[in-house]
Amino acid sequence: MIAGYRRPAPGVHPRNDAPAYASTAQRAPRKHAIKIPHTLSEITGPRFDSTPALSADLTRFDGGAALGERIIVAGRVFDDDGRAIPHALIELWQANAAGRYAHPTDQHDAPLDPHFSGVARILTGDDGEYRFITIKPGAYPWRNHPNAWRPQHIHFSLFGPGFAARLVTQMYFPGDPLLALDPIFNSIADPVARERLISRFELETTVAEYALGYQFDIVLRGREATPGQD
Amino acid sequence: MSTRLTPSQTVGPFFGPALIRASDGRMADGGTRGERIVIEGRVLDGAGAPVPDAMIEVWQANAEGRYDHREDTQEKLLDPNFHGFGRAGTGASGEYQFHTIKPGAVAGEGVALQAPHINVCVFARGLLHHLMTRIYFPDESAANSADPILNLVEPERRATLVARDAGKSSPRILRFDIVLQGDHETVFFDV
Repeated sequence: MIAGYRRPAPGVHPRNDAPAYASTAQRAPRKHAIKIPHTLSEITGPRFDSTPALSADLTRFDGGAALGERIIVAGRVFDDDGRAIPHALIELWQANAAGRYAHPTDQHDAPLDPHFSGVARILTGDDGEYRFITIKPGAYPWRNHPNAWRPQHIHFSLFGPGFAARLVTQMYFPGDPLLALDPIFNSIADPVARERLISRFELETTVAEYALGYQFDIVLRGREATPGQD
Repeated sequence: MSTRLTPSQTVGPFFGPALIRASDGRMADGGTRGERIVIEGRVLDGAGAPVPDAMIEVWQANAEGRYDHREDTQEKLLDPNFHGFGRAGTGASGEYQFHTIKPGAVAGEGVALQAPHINVCVFARGLLHHLMTRIYFPDESAANSADPILNLVEPERRATLVARDAGKSSPRILRFDIVLQGDHETVFFDV
């Protein structure tokens, strides 16, 4: 018998049917997803142990220093039994300090930074830890509703041990007044779960004379007890 | 029930430079064992319009029906030239493509085998949580009829999970459109 992944509690993950986020209108499925038991197909998944970690310092791209406020983001990746997830692939992307992505379809009238690409791939260490140095991303407007602005955020993509634990999410910053107005952040029904996407300023992660530090732990699904075990 | 999970958020429209490399859609090389196939299709929204900013990830067993993963302990050979993961972004007309091999049947619960299938994960702007589905094969009707997962789907919707042969070619081309919403909505799974 296979020990599957535990199902998330209601309200932790957003429902795709979220009318305040306009792009969902034509894209959210209308029929219920069919619940399936976890087989070998769901508990297995790709491993990236041999993936070379690209730069974990995003502040120096193409031979020069990126503009903006340099920050350190660090944390650990766990499962929800508190077990560290080592050698998990984390992929990151974000806007630059002016709130613009180095992406052809981002037409926001803000400058690109030739020394900031805003992307990185890293692997967690033996204790699930990760750390990268970047520039604090700027807020930017989007056309979801009149005068809509995304709060400052960094995108995270994570592969845990199995395909069923796949997660793409966004990390936010403490005290951002745009959080209360953001339909993507507020698509998470459970307010306690929502707060888990807000990183914490941490003096221990901060490096004197260099950069402020933010702590952001990520928790992926844990496993059911093996049938027959208590 | 889990209590501390990190919630999902949309991948948004700007993930391409971070996540998409053209080579990630080529999953098989000259040394890979098994029948060469191309899986291609389009991602369409509820209005039938193409979704040009989606990302498709696939995960599959090798030609013997074994996953390259330590928890797959079936007594079948691993293939050093096949790891089973692929990723592709959609283009302007919503199209995506993978060059891979047809997977073998993998174990299901107990003694039952699952029909050959490819696991699919769909990400896009407007999807706050990724969607999971499966691609089954049109030349496996007996195995498909006995598949424990397909049998959880209402019979009239099962066809949305079976790829179509796109006519004679080498390698064989299989079409699999992903319809996010509407009358012909693809079946998605709560995994």
